Amino acid sequence: MAGGIELRGLVKSYRTGDTVVPAVRGIDISIEPRETVALLGPNGAGKSTTIDAILGLTKPDEGTVSLFGQEPSAVIEGGRVGAMLQTGALLRDLTVRELVQMMASLFPSPLDVEDVLELTGTGAIASQLTQKLSGGQTQRVRFALAVVPDPELLVLDEPTVGMDVEARHAFWTTMRDFAERGRTVLFATHYLEEADAYADRIVLMARGSIVADGPPTEIKAMVGSRTIRATLPNVPTSELERLPGVTAVELHGESVVLVCSDSDRAIRALLERFPAARDLEITGAGLEQAFLQLTGEEQLAA
Amino acid sequence: MNRTYVRCELLRTVRNRRYVVFALGFPIVLYFLIAGPNKNEDNLAGSGLSAPLYYMVGLASFGAMNAMLAIAGRIATERTAGWNRQLRLTPLTGRDYFRAKILTGYMTAVAALLLLFVAGSALGVRLDTGDWLKMTGLILVGLVPFGALAIWLGHLVTADAVGPAVGGLVAVLAVLGGVWFPLKSGALYHIGRALPSYWLVQASHVAVGGQGWGKTGWLVVAGWSIALSILARRAYQRDTARV
Repeated sequence: MAGGIELRGLVKSYRTGDTVVPAVRGIDISIEPRETVALLGPNGAGKSTTIDAILGLTKPDEGTVSLFGQEPSAVIEGGRVGAMLQTGALLRDLTVRELVQMMASLFPSPLDVEDVLELTGTGAIASQLTQKLSGGQTQRVRFALAVVPDPELLVLDEPTVGMDVEARHAFWTTMRDFAERGRTVLFATHYLEEADAYADRIVLMARGSIVADGPPTEIKAMVGSRTIRATLPNVPTSELERLPGVTAVELHGESVVLVCSDSDRAIRALLERFPAARDLEITGAGLEQAFLQLTGEEQLAA
Repeated sequence: MNRTYVRCELLRTVRNRRYVVFALGFPIVLYFLIAGPNKNEDNLAGSGLSAPLYYMVGLASFGAMNAMLAIAGRIATERTAGWNRQLRLTPLTGRDYFRAKILTGYMTAVAALLLLFVAGSALGVRLDTGDWLKMTGLILVGLVPFGALAIWLGHLVTADAVGPAVGGLVAVLAVLGGVWFPLKSGALYHIGRALPSYWLVQASHVAVGGQGWGKTGWLVVAGWSIALSILARRAYQRDTARV
């Protein structure tokens, strides 16, 4: 059995002065080959530490990491991993093409450099020096460096940070094309939308632990609650609570706030039943807040 | 050896203007500042050598040392910028990484030697090609401990500290090596003889009838090469330990 990625009982703390800050508090993840998995969580959830451990960049205090049944170092020395780290500048004084060529030369069976430039949308900037690129362009080049090894495992740590909406969309389209060629992909993000749209499975992390692990629809139902605000005088709370898709109701004078598990159904029902409702506003709950709720509930249940 | 990787490293060196100016331009400027005014001094401090000749060969060792130690800055900068983390995710071995770095150091060192030779000619120095080659050959051997020192420093200090660290070190090593004035006796002479920079200066004096290294010289250079290589290796491993 070849196996995919296996994390067992991973624990890692960082020491700053006299205080020990736990980053990851004992997590287990197993990822099948050819799966695309999103590691979703707010800042400080332990996503980057988990990724560093998978890539062999950090040594866990406890627990084991295996990639395709081997140690990370063996798999990396075999050139089977491509990664886009969260931080890190490009090597300066080389053109984009030269840098991609240089990286390609380090791997046993890289993709064709021109193909990679085209795939990642860096063909137009191939002759520019790396230090002259914008933030978004730099991210695309870093993606090119991650895919040029033709890796079996592609790891992306918050790859769309610093990209505008359009670039973000183009990026994920490219990533999906690439993943469809039978690669295992693990990416970290703090955008629920990205995880939902591009992963087969979401591993939800908060404060160094795994809070949930499952298909995007399931995770979305857990954290993707939205709220509807409306001005609607003189309606009793109990009637609003009975609306389909509504889980909680708050009243603030003439305005009502409906916390929804399904905001689409809730808004339809609201307008049907109470046509007088105005100043409608639908907002997604912040992921951070959703996590706090989830972890809070977990602690109570435990 | 990975030719593409080495070619890219060399290309980057040539394109980095600041590096080229400091590693190549600095020794030339110093040469004209020091040797220029003493152009007609025929017997500098009793050495039997004219000032332009003495300083040309002295600065040859200084320029070569300066060029090689400049690698430290490049390593520290790339580390601080996070590039080395990216490299750690490739199959590139430490050996290949250093080979490329040392090669760029040697390339810059040879360029510095050639430029000083041209600058010396401008001040009337005439040196036999054979002597120049003998000197250059021995200098290149004498640079080995400096290559190891550069790698060690590059992994020890951060980008913002590496400039002063290397600058200060070069200044001290140059004085104790006898770049600025001949060391004949006294405490400095004895300290100097235990340092690789002294023997680098002796290597450059081969061009002007020097004895070369003798047993002591070879031992000192070999000793420093081994000791600094061990330190460099350790610092590199600590910095890049793969899990």
